[in-house]
Amino acid sequence: MNNINILKPNRENFKIFLYIGSTLVFLGIFDVFLRSFFNLNFVTFLPGIINFLFPLILGLAGLQMIRLEYSGLKSVDLINRSVNNNTFNAALTLSIIFLALLAIPPSLNWMILDANISGNTKEACAGSEGACWTYIKVWFRRFMYGMYPNEFHWRINVAFIILISFAFVGFFAKGKFKNYLTFYYAIAYPIIAFLIIYFLISGGSFGLEWVETNAWGGLSLTFIVSFFGLIFCFPLGMIFALGRRSELPMIRYISIGYIEFWRGVPLITVLFMSSVMFPMFLPADTFVDKLVRVVAAIVLFEAAYVAEVIRGGLQALPKGQYDAAKSLGMGYWKMQIFVILPQALKLVIPGIANTFLALVKDTPLIFVVGLSEVVGMLQMAKTNPKWLGYAMEGYIFASILFWAICYAMSKYSQYLELKYKTDR
Amino acid sequence: MSAIIEMKEVNKWFGDFQVLKDINLEVAEKQKIVVCGPSGSGKSTLIRCINRLEEHQKGTIVVDGNELSEKTKDIEKIRAEVGMVFQQFNLFPHLSILDNCTLAPIWVKKTPKKKAEEFAMRQLDQVQIADQAAKFPGQLSGGQQQRAALARALCMEPKIMLFDEPTSALDPEMIKEVLDAMVNLAKQGMTMIVVTHEMGFAKEVADEVVFMDEGMIVEKAKTKEFFDNPKNERTKLFLSQIL
Ligand SMILES: Nc1ncnc2c1ncn2[C@@H]1O[C@H](COP(=O)(O)OP(=O)(O)O)[C@@H](O)[C@H]1O
Ligand SMILES: [Mg+2]
Repeated sequence: MNNINILKPNRENFKIFLYIGSTLVFLGIFDVFLRSFFNLNFVTFLPGIINFLFPLILGLAGLQMIRLEYSGLKSVDLINRSVNNNTFNAALTLSIIFLALLAIPPSLNWMILDANISGNTKEACAGSEGACWTYIKVWFRRFMYGMYPNEFHWRINVAFIILISFAFVGFFAKGKFKNYLTFYYAIAYPIIAFLIIYFLISGGSFGLEWVETNAWGGLSLTFIVSFFGLIFCFPLGMIFALGRRSELPMIRYISIGYIEFWRGVPLITVLFMSSVMFPMFLPADTFVDKLVRVVAAIVLFEAAYVAEVIRGGLQALPKGQYDAAKSLGMGYWKMQIFVILPQALKLVIPGIANTFLALVKDTPLIFVVGLSEVVGMLQMAKTNPKWLGYAMEGYIFASILFWAICYAMSKYSQYLELKYKTDR
Repeated sequence: MSAIIEMKEVNKWFGDFQVLKDINLEVAEKQKIVVCGPSGSGKSTLIRCINRLEEHQKGTIVVDGNELSEKTKDIEKIRAEVGMVFQQFNLFPHLSILDNCTLAPIWVKKTPKKKAEEFAMRQLDQVQIADQAAKFPGQLSGGQQQRAALARALCMEPKIMLFDEPTSALDPEMIKEVLDAMVNLAKQGMTMIVVTHEMGFAKEVADEVVFMDEGMIVEKAKTKEFFDNPKNERTKLFLSQIL
């Protein structure tokens, strides 16, 4: 029993080390838990800084005691390998756990326990320390539909339901119809979508009252702008990606010029120009709707980024693929459509997803031309004299919305990546 | 015998570097020609000029009555008649073996899908990998991939087949299965130009052997003559090194 280092586990006595070690770690965490949730501190007798670091010291000592390679226990090995492979990582791990524990009670209090959601006026929230969700509740329709008249909100809902159902056509296509799916999604669906939105949301015919695009807003506008932005910038980007690699100098230079121009200007300027300068170039009596102009601006802008992402994929393909396609007698378009693009696009799914997420998150910028999607409406609500002081609730609400949308898109792109994965 | 491929005084440069120097070569229908020579001598470039994967700058190349130049319209049509097998197989990794074989027949030759698939299965059967039809290229061994690439080229029913070192990227134990498929094809009367260092194959199949060095055809002779009695010093040296 000589020469035993109590902080260094050995295989024979590992059980004991494991029990003592995990007890220490548990005590450390439990101490932070008590401090954070119940404001209890059992070690006040210790001097300031040591008192503060006490749980960390306990935890570190505990983790030190269980740090043994190939302990024979799977879970312990896993912990040792991933979060406890040296003292620094152990300290990091413990700090993260402690910070999380310390952050939970205040945010829980604010968001739920002390929060208020009853009533319909600001007075309902008076005197409470927590969040005022009443504010979100009262303004909910505005956040979703903007200034679109309340009695017509069903038109937006119906339009979106139809759009979503049309998007699922692909799942039900069987046999012969499968061959036309690309055509459907690339050409037919955008047209259908446009018509539905035009007739249902814009109205003006079939006995539906006309609603100006100026009144559109909120989350539904976020969806409309993102949706058209996405479906049009992708094919356009693809064309410029191919153009930039074309053997015809004319086409190549036009593509390079296009891409470098749009990548060189900030989106916000483009949006300004689309609404302020663009109409000056049109004949006096023509009128292009503001929303259409804004979507066009976003499409032109994002297409440049999509083009560069796709070009990256095109360049990653070995020359042999082109040789093989050509040697089989395929012309330029057949080669691109059946051999090159399917492989290149598969490679750039993460990059495309990245660009698309950025696009969705850039939509609030349309406020500069006077269109208010969710964040714009939020801005409007927070400056309403009756509801001053609830900006925080609004921003949290918007963050949750955007996060949910973007997380769903990100997950979908991961699914696509897996689905189209083939080994080379 | 009429020539199906005719190259006259063909010259080609990559920038300042001359890869092909005054190449003259005639290939008759059903003839089998083996091209050999040290690496970098221009063998690949030579056969890639025949289906215009590379463009020559001087001289004339006539394939099945069509001259190849910038003015050639419908280069795709000529390429469809000239099959090619590459050193690196170059199968399309995103398509199954069967789809690899039917893609060009369906979209280039407009063969109905069903017919194209039947024909493809027969070609795959010929090269003994019919059972692999549903798999993807990445799931096959090198030898199987190269035979699939051969079947894919044959599905276009080409008049001429070009091979660019089809066995160089293969492990030794797989070389034979590919060569067997090629011998089989030769027996069926295909016109073939094969760049290879497999001298056994050359002796068995070739009508003529061409030896290239530094962009020139140094020696061209009937197969037996070429091996038994090479005229040029460089040919002798080359043969002594690889035989
Ligand atoms: N695309 C190209 N650009 C420049 N040089 C090339 C290119 N392709 C081949 N070469 C050069 O041409 C020469 C002949 O190449 P290649 O025909 O591939 O020879 P081989 O097939 O006999 O090994 C080599 O020196 C090679 O470096
Ligand atoms: Mg070569």
